[in-house]
Amino acid sequence: MTSKVRAVFGMPKRLNRSFTVSLMLFALLAVFGSFMVLPLIYAVNNAFKPLDELFIFPPRFWVNNPTTENFADLINLMGNSWVPLSRYIANTLLITILGTAGHILLASAAAYPLAKYRFPGSKVLFTIVILSLMFSPHVTAIPNYMVMSWLGWINSHASIIVPSLAFSLGLFLMKQFMEQIPDALLEAAKIDGANEYRIFWSIVMPNVKPAWLTLMILQFPALWGTDGGSFIYSENLKTLHYALSQIVQGGIARAGVGAAVALLLMIVPITLFIISQSSVMQTMATSGMKE
Amino acid sequence: MHTRPAGRWSLLKRDLYLSRHYYVLMAPFMLIFFMFTVIPVGISLGLSFFHFNMLELPRFIGWQNYSRLFLGDDVFLIALKNTLLFAVITGPVSYIACFLFAWIINELSPKIRAVMTLIFYAPSISGNVFFIWLIIFSGDSYGYMNGFLMRLGVTLEPIQWLVDERYVLAIVIIVQLWLSLGTSFLAFIAGLQTIDRSLVEAGTVDGIKNRWQELWYITLPSMRPQLMFGAVMQITASFAVAEISIALAGFPSVNYAAHTVVTHLMDFGTIRFEMGYASAIATVLFALMLGTNVLTQKMLRKIGE
Repeated sequence: MTSKVRAVFGMPKRLNRSFTVSLMLFALLAVFGSFMVLPLIYAVNNAFKPLDELFIFPPRFWVNNPTTENFADLINLMGNSWVPLSRYIANTLLITILGTAGHILLASAAAYPLAKYRFPGSKVLFTIVILSLMFSPHVTAIPNYMVMSWLGWINSHASIIVPSLAFSLGLFLMKQFMEQIPDALLEAAKIDGANEYRIFWSIVMPNVKPAWLTLMILQFPALWGTDGGSFIYSENLKTLHYALSQIVQGGIARAGVGAAVALLLMIVPITLFIISQSSVMQTMATSGMKE
Repeated sequence: MHTRPAGRWSLLKRDLYLSRHYYVLMAPFMLIFFMFTVIPVGISLGLSFFHFNMLELPRFIGWQNYSRLFLGDDVFLIALKNTLLFAVITGPVSYIACFLFAWIINELSPKIRAVMTLIFYAPSISGNVFFIWLIIFSGDSYGYMNGFLMRLGVTLEPIQWLVDERYVLAIVIIVQLWLSLGTSFLAFIAGLQTIDRSLVEAGTVDGIKNRWQELWYITLPSMRPQLMFGAVMQITASFAVAEISIALAGFPSVNYAAHTVVTHLMDFGTIRFEMGYASAIATVLFALMLGTNVLTQKMLRKIGE
């Protein structure tokens, strides 16, 4: 009997497992799982609700007569705005692609020596990186603004892209992952006459592809969701997220469009995660911090 | 030609020369990292002893910012109280939740495991989707919580969830918990999968009887490095609550009910331009995070002993 239920739940047979406790734990998982997923399902449903269903009392969770009207309205609205939608999309893509690709490249280049060699300063630098994991960017927000204004980068995309290139969590994960590359592989390349840059580029980098995806999944949503923060003021430099959040703030009249926006904003990072899930897990398995 | 024993300096010089390629590889990252993280932290520490408003030259005032902070600023004390409340509730709860759910999910078959991982991780990467909670806790009867409670007959009229001091902090905590199963959750799931099965079998031979003993004597000690990493991520996140508070409760929130150290920092830094004072707030926050991290790491070393 219990083995049948086990098969249904997809539970492999394990030693030392009381079946009752298993069921209780899975019930717990189900309860909290629904707490996690219901708001997201609700966001999907809302995006397809016609206006009368959005304002029905008592409010309903599921959509009855799904419609794509909200998306049509969104396109319409954005088409009539002062700055064309394509401009916001181009800005967001520029920031996201340059920021993510640059981060992967720079973090990998910095992680390789730290993972594989000991040299003067390597320990100190890595300790600083670890320490910097321990505070939030808010601590540096004000001096950051001052640095940015000295550089003359206020109101430019550089103010968002450049700082995001050196995100310390990315360096940390990349270093942990690179430690697993066998030294013999690097030695062999050295004997064949490759220099450090060549080893990094044609041996180390192809071997850490799963970690690239992990850095991407960490960096992408942050940049995708940026609204330009306190650095970008010009309307034509603003991002898609900024433009969409302006619509959401439109209140009741824009409720339908707002729901469509919510769906659009969340769907991109989630899809990306689904695609890269197994690689991300592989990297995270090495993410431990040694004492 | 004279010879002399290689001194420390010439050894170091040789080491530096031999490692020159490593420095070149690290240079771009480190340059940006120092410019936008390390140096700003240093500036912030320094500025906290000055009066500085971006217009006049900084004027040294010693510990005055700190004494004003703790003795003369009632709102800061509210912010500090809220932040500690956040840290004490969301920190441990989300940390334990991350581990507990990862641990249960680990028992499932690979396909279901992937789906469950997505369900628990999705909120933390879905960006600013937390504004759906604004609709759920909307103050009129179209808000889902109000509609639901009114239909059940629990309340007769809509509750102003986000403008009522009594509820707003609790709601921000709930939404923060919803969002908090992020990087450390993934690290735990992945860490659990790498645990050596033969260790568990050996444990069974040595008399481990149930899953709780297996958890304490085998699983947790094998995962200590991931647990450390997770602790750092969760503590930092729980002290830095601000965006959620601003998005849900407004800025400032009603009677500062959901005010946190970070929103206080934003208030003085970006609205009042009292940079020295804001830097002192940032320094206090930094000290809090660092202190808690050191304490937690000490506690984690005791696991499975």
